[in-house]
Amino acid sequence: MELASPAEYAKRGVMAVQEYAALAARSLSNVFRQPRYVADMAQQADFIGVGSLPIVALTGMFTGIVLAQNTANTLQRFGSLSLTGQLVSLSMVRELGPVLTSLMVAGRNASGMASELGSMKVTEQIDAMRALGTDPLKKLVTPRVISTVIMMFFLTIIADLVGLIGGWLYSFLLLGLDTYQYWHTAYQKLTYNDVSTGLIKPLFFGFIIATVGCYYGMTTTGGTQGVGRSTTQAVVVSSILILATDVVLTQFMLQFS
Amino acid sequence: MPSLNPQPLDDQLTDTVHKTIIFEDVAISFEGLVVLDGVSFELRKGETKAVLGIAGSGKSTMLKLCLGLIRPDAGRIYVLGHDITTMSEEDLFDLRSQIGIVFQESALFDSLTVRENVAFRLTEEKLPEAEVEQRVREVLRFVELEDAIDKLPSELSGGMRRRVGIARAIITHPEILLYDSPTGGLDPITSTTIIELIMKQRDVSKTSALLVSHRLQDGFMLASHYYDPDANRMQAVDGRPMRDVHTSFMILRDGKVIFDGTALELGRIQDPYIREYIS
Repeated sequence: MELASPAEYAKRGVMAVQEYAALAARSLSNVFRQPRYVADMAQQADFIGVGSLPIVALTGMFTGIVLAQNTANTLQRFGSLSLTGQLVSLSMVRELGPVLTSLMVAGRNASGMASELGSMKVTEQIDAMRALGTDPLKKLVTPRVISTVIMMFFLTIIADLVGLIGGWLYSFLLLGLDTYQYWHTAYQKLTYNDVSTGLIKPLFFGFIIATVGCYYGMTTTGGTQGVGRSTTQAVVVSSILILATDVVLTQFMLQFS
Repeated sequence: MPSLNPQPLDDQLTDTVHKTIIFEDVAISFEGLVVLDGVSFELRKGETKAVLGIAGSGKSTMLKLCLGLIRPDAGRIYVLGHDITTMSEEDLFDLRSQIGIVFQESALFDSLTVRENVAFRLTEEKLPEAEVEQRVREVLRFVELEDAIDKLPSELSGGMRRRVGIARAIITHPEILLYDSPTGGLDPITSTTIIELIMKQRDVSKTSALLVSHRLQDGFMLASHYYDPDANRMQAVDGRPMRDVHTSFMILRDGKVIFDGTALELGRIQDPYIREYIS
């Protein structure tokens, strides 16, 4: 394989960012244009939302338990075991719920979108769709973006709740902590800013997952090998972008706390 | 479709009324590799033009240019009176609804059944279900595949997929049909069936068509036969000098048109490359 010069490599990078930005912008602007594919949106919402429910619930549960294990271990040394619920809820709602849910959904759905659209691209199905007078961005990309954003919001709420239940199960069954005390501290210490931060983040993360997955799918070249490459890149890039965006969003939200 | 009003043309001599496709000095290259270099030709209404050439001579690229799926680096392309080189993607979607294409590997949507594939355009236009069903069955009957209506593309043979591709292309009665190697990879008997279908469409609907192929016999069969509706099969033109099958030939070499004319003219040509190609 021929090695690209640094200038060529940089040019390709800039082109990719430009193409991604154009796709992301068009996926949003298509929301306000006809036709709207409501049935496709519902189908994607079912696939992304309901389909991701088991892995999101399991991730939330185990994260909640691990948080309770670690915080209880530290708190016990200071005789503040009763604060377990508070720490679990803060960590879950502000940070771990949105981020871990997004990473799990990225692993499942960004790869799924990239491979599905990538296969369509290399078998000329995307060209066929354009030739048949249908805009693939409206038909394939916009429904996935809208569904992922909406579903990420609800999946994060479920992950947070299941995580808190996991923390409670551990605290109640193994630490002997009082149920009322756990839930009371978990709820009482949550502020409006904590909840809004935890629910705004998944909207951005959902947008990243869908647009990155669709971008890599729609730009796939090189047959089945290319589909595999796109799938891997979609997961890696969306995961990194989620973590990077989390840093920016957290800093931004902290300004308002 | 307000956007489809014929545009004023720079060249007033360009006749877009009697011609469905006009290429004017079209050039395109990919990553420095010249694929088409100054290609000019015209496709008249009702004419079928067989575009021949070896692999990599730019035949399939030409079809994608006709649909505006890719844009040329230079030159003008007029389709049904519209200069598609200056049209927006949004306007092109409207124009494409008047053009049918059969892709090289059929490009059927693999997660949809034959019925859903063929009905794709009609469903997008939100036509009533009963009308969609009736028209889907009508075109599937035309390609003799009505029994496969509920099958998935993966359950069909290569020839059947090509026939579904034809059904999908003709369901909206397009003004232009583009065939991208419709017999590629098929056995001789199935290839003849496909060519017979193309001939049937040409003679029944009088649709203008560009047929890209590397098989010379596809073009010659179209030029030497006509579809007989009474016998429901093709017949040789021999002995019927009045019958015009409206079929011409174009040969591409290294991105340039080296021949554009009738079967008779092709038979008389002395160019050594073309003689070797057709022998």
